[in-house]
Amino acid sequence: MPVRRSSTWWPPFHHLLVAPLALLLLVFFGVPLVLVVAVSFFDFDQFNIIPTFVLTNYVELFNSRLTYTLYANTIKYAVIVWAVTLLIGFTVSYFLVFHVRPFLLQLALFLLCTVPFWTSNVIRMISWIPFLGRHGIFNQSLIALGLVDHPLEFLLFSDFAVVIAYVHLFSLFMIVPIFNSMARIDPAVIEAAVDAGAGRFRVIREVVVPLSKTGIAMGSIFVVALVMGDFFVVKIMSGGQSASVVLAMSNEIAVLQYPPAAASAVGLLLVVTAMVVGIMSIVDVRRELSG
Amino acid sequence: MPPGSGRRPWTFYALAAFFALYVLFLYGPMSAIFILSFQGPTGGLTFPMVGVSLHWFGALFEQQRTGDFAGSFTRSIALAVIVLSITVVVSVMAGLAFRRRFLGSTLVFYMAIFSLIIPGLLLGLGVGLTFQFLGIKPAWYSSALGAQLTWTLPFGLLIMFAVFSRFNPAYEEAARDLGAGPWQTLWNVVLPILLPGIIAVALFGFTLSYDEFPRTLIPIGSRNTLPLEIWAMTTNVTSPALYALGTLTTAVSFVVIAVALTSIAVIQRRRTRRGARTDAGD
Repeated sequence: MPVRRSSTWWPPFHHLLVAPLALLLLVFFGVPLVLVVAVSFFDFDQFNIIPTFVLTNYVELFNSRLTYTLYANTIKYAVIVWAVTLLIGFTVSYFLVFHVRPFLLQLALFLLCTVPFWTSNVIRMISWIPFLGRHGIFNQSLIALGLVDHPLEFLLFSDFAVVIAYVHLFSLFMIVPIFNSMARIDPAVIEAAVDAGAGRFRVIREVVVPLSKTGIAMGSIFVVALVMGDFFVVKIMSGGQSASVVLAMSNEIAVLQYPPAAASAVGLLLVVTAMVVGIMSIVDVRRELSG
Repeated sequence: MPPGSGRRPWTFYALAAFFALYVLFLYGPMSAIFILSFQGPTGGLTFPMVGVSLHWFGALFEQQRTGDFAGSFTRSIALAVIVLSITVVVSVMAGLAFRRRFLGSTLVFYMAIFSLIIPGLLLGLGVGLTFQFLGIKPAWYSSALGAQLTWTLPFGLLIMFAVFSRFNPAYEEAARDLGAGPWQTLWNVVLPILLPGIIAVALFGFTLSYDEFPRTLIPIGSRNTLPLEIWAMTTNVTSPALYALGTLTTAVSFVVIAVALTSIAVIQRRRTRRGARTDAGD
């Protein structure tokens, strides 16, 4: 078994190579997480955090009607954005992988989709403001075309604007993993299905979708987690008319109410973790990633 | 269904139209603000353009109007370079480690995944609290750096997974059979083969840090990075100066992306030219 021999031979001390990563994650992710959980049980007054053990932060969190409204609102965004980005991610990847040749053109078009990902989210978000506003490009075009006679009011500072911005910012997170999964499908498998008499849509349903499920799962995890954790899109694009769980949390942090903010953070973390574990229990993401 | 049969199916045109619309959706609004950043001095946040000028770019450099633009820009670049360096070294090392299972590999993997998907502001809150409890003053080069690494390192790790899944161990074996030691193999064989992937990790490390703000917001300390200046501007600046800043910062990102992608392309081209026989698969 030559492969096995070479992999035991090299790299030397391979498990130690993970130490810097493990250490950094422990210090800047593990410890902070533990502290957030600890602080969520602390008491507080106007100026200080008081290290005792109280459950009042959680009691208030669960007794507040606002909590449930916020979650309902945030989950609503997550579900809509997930559905739209999945449609976009699947369609775009499918087009690139199965319809674009040669390989260099495929790569170029893929990069065209990914370039905005490497630029500022805030800038990309505010770029919708001159587009969707009352006197924005979209309304002016509609009026010029005679489709409407008053500017549409619901375009900006609304749920619609929030969803548009989410899709704009996060659809790449769906495209990249799905593209990656699809690109690894052996064309012979699809030819076999076609030769066996499967139509175009049957091939998609019974070959392409099952073989892309790792990518779909990864993309879904990203998109759901990003929407659930957002505060800036909802703040700007809803024009203050809507809110999310984290936006409410950030308002508490702004007035230095750390313990209730921490309790709210723990609640959100549990919800997001449950969603992610749910997705991972359907698809074994790790085995296909590193295996 | 895959092309090759000369005539393209109708689905090709439908999908191509969908793709074109998506690209328009991605770039259309962005190009609008680039144009609007050249708005004349009396122009507003939307079309029409009232003349064309560099007025709003000039306004960025007036201290009182937009805060500390030059300082925050310098800090952002410095921070991004530090994040890039740490991300590259740590991700490559971890990528090598993860080629085999080891005690705790699952734990580290899940820690990385959850570090990636944890809501950014929440992570920032945690890092801020940690520094507060340790009695260390938060700063861009300490607490904010750490908070950004929780975002870039998992990306680096995932890219290394992708790179190694296409890596052919036969090259290492050949090096070993020719008498190379472990470090020689690493330095002269493995790392050069991985170079395009490493550049990709560097690109992610730089751009993700340079644009990051939800995680950085709380543990930044007293001196802002550029994205935090922009974030502050979105809530209180209602002039095209905001667009000018957006155009500038995006231009920087584009330069970085272009440099990274060009160097990857150059390496790949040189490689295919040099070794027509040692083809890497695909």
